[in-house]
Amino acid sequence: MVDKVLTANRLADGIAVWLDAGGEWTTSLQDALVARHAEAVSALEDIGKKAYADNKVVDVNVVEVQETDGILWPLRLRERIRAQGPTMVYAKGYAPADPEFIAV
Amino acid sequence: MYRYDEFDHAFVAERVAQFRDQVERRLSGELSEDAFKPLRLMNGVYLQLHAYMLRIAIPYGTLNSKQMRMLAHVARTYDRGYGHFTTRQNLQFNWPKLSDMPNVLAELASVEMHAIQTSGNCIRNVTADHFAGAAADEVADPRPYAEILRQWSSVHPEFSFLPRKFKIAVTGAERDRAAIQVHDIGLHLKKNDKGEIGFAVYVGGGQGRTPMVAKLIREFLPEEDLLSYTTAVMRVYNLHGRRDNKYKARIKILVHETGAEELARQVEVEFAQLRDTELKLPEADVAAISAYFAPPALAERAEGWESLARWKKADPDFARWVQQNVQPHKNPDYGMVTISLKPIGGIPGDATDSQMDAVADIAEEYALDEIRVSHEQNLILPHVALADLEPVYRALVAHGLATANAGLITDIIACPGLDYCALANARSIPVAQEISSRFGSPERQEEIGELKIKISGCINACGHHHVGHIGLLGVEKKGAELYQITLGGSGDEHTSIGEIIGRGFEPNKVTDAIETIVDTYLGLRLDKSETFLAAYRRVGPQPFKDALYGGSTAEAA
Repeated sequence: MVDKVLTANRLADGIAVWLDAGGEWTTSLQDALVARHAEAVSALEDIGKKAYADNKVVDVNVVEVQETDGILWPLRLRERIRAQGPTMVYAKGYAPADPEFIAV
Repeated sequence: MYRYDEFDHAFVAERVAQFRDQVERRLSGELSEDAFKPLRLMNGVYLQLHAYMLRIAIPYGTLNSKQMRMLAHVARTYDRGYGHFTTRQNLQFNWPKLSDMPNVLAELASVEMHAIQTSGNCIRNVTADHFAGAAADEVADPRPYAEILRQWSSVHPEFSFLPRKFKIAVTGAERDRAAIQVHDIGLHLKKNDKGEIGFAVYVGGGQGRTPMVAKLIREFLPEEDLLSYTTAVMRVYNLHGRRDNKYKARIKILVHETGAEELARQVEVEFAQLRDTELKLPEADVAAISAYFAPPALAERAEGWESLARWKKADPDFARWVQQNVQPHKNPDYGMVTISLKPIGGIPGDATDSQMDAVADIAEEYALDEIRVSHEQNLILPHVALADLEPVYRALVAHGLATANAGLITDIIACPGLDYCALANARSIPVAQEISSRFGSPERQEEIGELKIKISGCINACGHHHVGHIGLLGVEKKGAELYQITLGGSGDEHTSIGEIIGRGFEPNKVTDAIETIVDTYLGLRLDKSETFLAAYRRVGPQPFKDALYGGSTAEAA
């Protein structure tokens, strides 16, 4: 089974977040709780539905990741960009996504 | 330009208060996302990949310095210091918080701006020729009619829940700079043999997954019938447009399935019922709205001719900028200046808060306080005396806004793509940046001449790729980005949809492919005066296919 993490956007500011092992929503994909079997994925989905119903987050999804050398790497480019932001220099004071992370 | 009356102020203020209450109830949990989503969309608030996005309406692309300064303020205060001008003459902020949104809208309302009807299945921001009121080739200023349509369509009860979104564009010149033939309704303002003002009416154009060129259904619609006839079109669409499949819900599909002739007949039946009703435009009302757009009093500035010649001789960079970015004005002492938002290797359509402030300052000092947004994602100063071009240029240079590339290969349109957009399948901006960098040399651009590259990150075609001389469509194939190339598209008075040239290219091969296409053009053009588009229309796709694919198959990806 492909590993999975739970992601969403925070209600108040829309920023992309992932569920961590402490049950909190973190802005770092690398801190996300990884589900490695079907029961764990099902639990993530339930948590996502509840967080959505509780109006904490919106656009809740379980997405596929691969863990390599301790780094979580989403299989879809869309999710890699969500995790690190726009891939080009776009605003003063904000770093673009790491090209290696995006392109691997 | 148009100024809000008491009704407008009250209407927008009421809408801000209403949305403030809705946001508060959403944040408190009183409103669910399902209930709130249509409400936020009605106020231009989307949820994208990284954050919320706010799309602000700039009616027919016209704004003044005060409004531009407000956009700069919003960028600085509520966003990350920049904004993105779009192909619908709007502005998008990519990072505002939902909790800040009511305050942003209240600040915008203070300068007569809003985000109403920038989303949803309603009549969207009406667009117009960005040179309106200034162009030497104009029959009449399209903006009064765009404003009349804006007022008529704002929260129109009958047309607030259409089968799908609806876009109207108006042009007042034979040379179509508003791409009216790829809009749901395109209006070409013209005069008849008697010298009366009216419109040629085009219906059913559009891009997206099913690109269509609009059909002419009325050669000449008298001015007074603008609203009654438009209402007739909307009624036919609202009644017969498909609601069972969002991909077949635009009016272009109805026109295609019904046939333009039959659709025109149905419209005429409705129109016959409507033409002598309260929808008939009273002359006094047209005059009252037109007064807001009266041509500015332009002082005689004949000294500009001599100065301009001298400045051009002294500074080749300035001369190149004038050649490329200044167009003839109705008044020979003046010019229309295109402020390129396409720096070489930059992000098409983006402007920082300080650049917005700079444009506002320049417009106030040298351009009668008028600014336009073009659908090609540039800014325009429509009235600049030739005598002021040099100081305007110096001021633009100081803020990185004087790239001399209007209409050239680096003046690329690109949608936000997968770097921001929740609908995108592939990135657009980095592709545009690489092409821009490759062709950035002024001499090379000048040698290539007019060439419009347009890039979309998905089939919804916000980057207008279907009407690019060279169009690029990003798709996702086996989890990776791939770019289909179309050639021969055009969004002007001779609108055409580009043809897919063959199989797609990986991101690292796209720029080489563009270079191959450009080199092929340079090798086959009759002379320098034959543009890329003209050459393509003469020779067709085969020489380009041969150059790109050689003997291998060129099946579309």
